[in-house]
Amino acid sequence: MGIAELLPMLLGAAWLLPLVSFTLILLAGPRMGKAGKGAGYLATGAILAGFVLSTVALIVWLQHHPVTASHGAGEGAAHGAHSAGPAGHAAADRRAIEGPTFYAGTWYRLGRFGGLEVTIGYYIDALTVIMFWMVTLVASCIHIYSFGYMHEELEEVTDPLVRLADGRPLKRQGRFHRFFQYFSLFCFSMLGLVIAGNVAMVFVFWELVGICSYLLIGFYRERKSASDAANKAFIVNRVGDFGMIIGLMALWGGLGTFAFEDIFNQVRPPLRNYALTVPDGMVQLAAKDEIEAIYRQAPDTETAEREVARRLPQWREAGYGYWLLVIAGLGIFCGCVGKSAQFPLHVWLPDAMEGPTPVSALIHAATMVAAGVYLVGRFFPAFTPEVLLVIAVVGGITLFLAGTIAITATDIKRVLAYSTVSQLGYMMLALGTGGWLAGLFHLLTHAFFKALLFLCSGSVIHAVGTNEMPQMGGLLRKMPWTAATMLVGCLAISGAGIPLVVGLSGYYSKDSILAQVFSCQQLSPHFGWLFYVAAAGAAITAFYMFRLWYMTFAGQPRDEGIYEHAHESPKVMYVPLVVLAVMATIAGWTVPFTELNLTNILEQARPAGTAAGVAGGRLLEHVALPAEHLSHAEAIHVPVSLIAFATALVGFLFATAFYGLRKLDPDEARQTFGPLYDLVKNKWWFDELYQWAFVRPALGIARWAAICDRRGIDWLADHLAYGVRSLSRLDDWFDRLLVDRPIDWMAAVTWRAGLWLRNVQTGQLRQYVMLVALGTVVLFVLISLY
Amino acid sequence: MNLLAEPVGISHYLVVGAVLFACGLVTMAAKRNAIGVLMGVELVLNGANVNFVAFSSRLLRGEAATGLDGQLMALFVIVLAAAEAAVALAIALCFYHNHATVDVDQGDELKG
Repeated sequence: MGIAELLPMLLGAAWLLPLVSFTLILLAGPRMGKAGKGAGYLATGAILAGFVLSTVALIVWLQHHPVTASHGAGEGAAHGAHSAGPAGHAAADRRAIEGPTFYAGTWYRLGRFGGLEVTIGYYIDALTVIMFWMVTLVASCIHIYSFGYMHEELEEVTDPLVRLADGRPLKRQGRFHRFFQYFSLFCFSMLGLVIAGNVAMVFVFWELVGICSYLLIGFYRERKSASDAANKAFIVNRVGDFGMIIGLMALWGGLGTFAFEDIFNQVRPPLRNYALTVPDGMVQLAAKDEIEAIYRQAPDTETAEREVARRLPQWREAGYGYWLLVIAGLGIFCGCVGKSAQFPLHVWLPDAMEGPTPVSALIHAATMVAAGVYLVGRFFPAFTPEVLLVIAVVGGITLFLAGTIAITATDIKRVLAYSTVSQLGYMMLALGTGGWLAGLFHLLTHAFFKALLFLCSGSVIHAVGTNEMPQMGGLLRKMPWTAATMLVGCLAISGAGIPLVVGLSGYYSKDSILAQVFSCQQLSPHFGWLFYVAAAGAAITAFYMFRLWYMTFAGQPRDEGIYEHAHESPKVMYVPLVVLAVMATIAGWTVPFTELNLTNILEQARPAGTAAGVAGGRLLEHVALPAEHLSHAEAIHVPVSLIAFATALVGFLFATAFYGLRKLDPDEARQTFGPLYDLVKNKWWFDELYQWAFVRPALGIARWAAICDRRGIDWLADHLAYGVRSLSRLDDWFDRLLVDRPIDWMAAVTWRAGLWLRNVQTGQLRQYVMLVALGTVVLFVLISLY
Repeated sequence: MNLLAEPVGISHYLVVGAVLFACGLVTMAAKRNAIGVLMGVELVLNGANVNFVAFSSRLLRGEAATGLDGQLMALFVIVLAAAEAAVALAIALCFYHNHATVDVDQGDELKG
C-alpha cells in the first residue's frame, strides 16, 4: 500500500476512534462498569489508539519524506536582502518554490451544487501529521490524568458551591461517563478540524469544537458561574464565527470552491511562481460592470469571452478583487480571533476556567484555542500583507494585555488562562510578521508546557481544594512531583536556556518568534514597537509564571488547615505530568546525528511561496515582511537570543525578589502603582466595557422588546380573546334561549305523552281484546255517522 | 222485516256468523283461563268462516256462480286455525311452566 492510501487510512482511523467512543458512551455510558468507569477506559483507549496510529503515521511520513536542513546555509546572503524574492536562496527555498508535499482526497461526497462540491475530504501534509501527533499525545495524557482528577464523579457528588433553596448543598449523581463522552467528542472535533480537506468541513468541526467547549466549560452546570461562563464562551465565539462566515462567503463567491488544494492553487498559482495573486474569479466578481458592458457590445459570446480574458490582467493590476481577498482573510482571521481568544474577543477564555481543570488543559493546549492558530497557519498563503499586519497587531496587543492581567490574578488557573491568551498572542504576532514556522512551532511547544502547567495546577487544586494562591504556599514539601514538573513548565514557558547553546522547548520557539519580529522591525521600522511589546511580554511571562510558582510551592504555608490537608496526587495523575514535562523539555531539540526536529518537519509543510517574505500590499504599500529564514542570520539571531534571555531573567529576578526572597514587598508596589494596579487587576475593564457597551444595550433592547410584547402584542391578544369570549357568551345565551328551549319543551312533551300513553299498555290480554273490539265498534259507528 | 218469517237466505247465515263472532269475542274478553281464550278465538274464526261460506253461496250470487273462492278461503282458515291452535297451546303450556297457572291475568310482563 502506498503512502497516499496509508496516511489517510491511519489518520482517518485515529480521527474516527474518538467518535466511536463518544457514540458508545452516549448509548451505554452509565451502564459501563461501576458507575460508568468503563466509559473512561473506553475514551482513553480510543485516544491512546489514536496516538499510536498518529505515531505510525508520523514514522511513515518521515520514512517517505526525510527531513533535511531547511535553512541556515543562506545566512551569509541574508543581510539586507529584504524580500528580494527567492533567487538568492535557491538551495534553501527550493522546496518552498515547489510547494509542500501533501495528500488530498475525498472520502465521501455530500453533495454537488453547480460547480461547488461539498465533501468529507482530507488534506494531509507535515503540519497535519505533526498536529495529529501532538493533539493525540497531549489528549492521551489529559485523559489518563482525568481518571485521578475526576474520580469524585464516580459517586454521588455534593457540590458545596451550589446551595439549594433550603440552604443545603446540592447533591447530584456523578457524571464520570459524561465527562469522557464530551472529551471524546472534543478530540474527534479537533482531529476532524486538522484533517479537514476543505473549508466547509473546517467550519463544521470548528463549530463542533465550540459546542464541546460549551459543554465542558459548563460541566458543573448547576453552578451559575459555570453556566454563565459556558454561555459567554459560546456567544463570544459566535461573534468571531460570524466574521468567519463572511470570509467563507467571500472565498466561495470568488473561487467557487472550498477545497484547500484549489484555493491555494488559485491564490498562489504555480505559473506565477507562487506569488500571491488575486484569483480570476474575484477579479471577475469585482469587475462585473465592465464585463457586462463588454458582453453588451460584443457581437457574440466568444468574442466577449476573449476580450474579458485579455482585459483580466489589466484589471488585476488595477486592483480589482483585491478587497475581496482582504475581506476573505480578515473574515477567517475573525473566526480565529474568537476561537483563539485574541483581543478583543479574549474575554471568554479566563472565564472558561469554571470547567474542571483537565478541560482547561485540553482547551488551552491541544484543542480549542490551538484551532485558531492552526487555521491561520493553514490559510497563511491566502493572507494579503494587510491582513498579516492586522494579525500581527492584534497578536501584539493581546500578548501584552493578557500578560499584564496575569501579573495580578490570584486564581492559579486564571493566571494560566491569561498566560495562554498571551502566548496565543505571541503565535499570532509571529504569523502576522511572516513567521509561519515560528508561530506554529510555538503552538506545538506551547501545547506541551501549557498542558503540563494546567495539569499541575489541577493537581494542586485537587490537593488543597481551592484556586486561590494567597491561601497556598510551601507545598513543595508536600507535593514534590507536582512542584518539580511545574517548575519545568514555568522554565519552558519562560523560554529558559543557555543562550545560543541549549534550552527547554519554549526557548527555541520563543526565540524564533522574537527573531522574526526583530527582523520585521529592521525591515519596517514603524512597526518596531511590536518587538518591544514582545520583548516586554517575555519579561512579564517569566515574572507571572515564577510568581505563581513561588506563591504556590515556596515559602511558608499561609493557611495551616489547607497545608495539613494537602497531599501528593496519585500516580495516575503525576505520571502524565512527567511525560509532559519530558516533552516540554525536549520538544525543541534535534535528534542527535540527524536533522530531525520539529521545525524541520514543519518546514516540509510550508505553504508554497511564503518563504520569500512579503514586499508590500496594495492598500498599505510600505508594509514589508521579511522572509523567515532571514531571522536565522547571525546578526539577528544572536542579539535576539541575548535580549530574550535578559528579559526573561529580569522577570525571573523580579519574581524572586518579590515572592521568593521577599526582599521587595508586593503590597508596597501595589500602593506605589495604585491606578495602574487597579487597571490591571480589573482586567483593563474589558468585562465592564463589554457589559456597558454590549450586554447592557442588548438587555435594554430585550427589555424594550418585552415591553412591546406585553403592551402591544399581549394587549392585542388579550383584548381579542376578551372580545371572542363576549361574543361566545352572547351566542351561548341565544342558543339556550331560542334553540335549546323549544327543543327541550318538545322533548318534555313527548316524554310526558309517552308516560301517559304507557298506562294503556297494561299487559292484560283481556283488556286488549276488549279495546280492539270496542275500537272496531267505535270506528264503525264513526264511519256510519259521516 | 222479520227474519223468522222469511225463507232462509243470506241474512240468516250472516246473523249466525255474527252471533258466533260475538260469542267468541265475549269469551276472549271474559275468560281468564287461557284455554277458554283459545276457544273464543276458535269461535271468532268459525264466525268468519260462516260469513265466507255464506257470501260464496248461490243464494247471493245466483245459479251460475261456483262459489269456490269463499269455500277455499274457509278451508284456508280452518288450516290456519289448526296451526294456530298448535302454536297457541304450546304458548299456553310455556305460560303454565312459568307461572304455574293458566290465568292470563297473571301474565302482564308486556306491561309498558
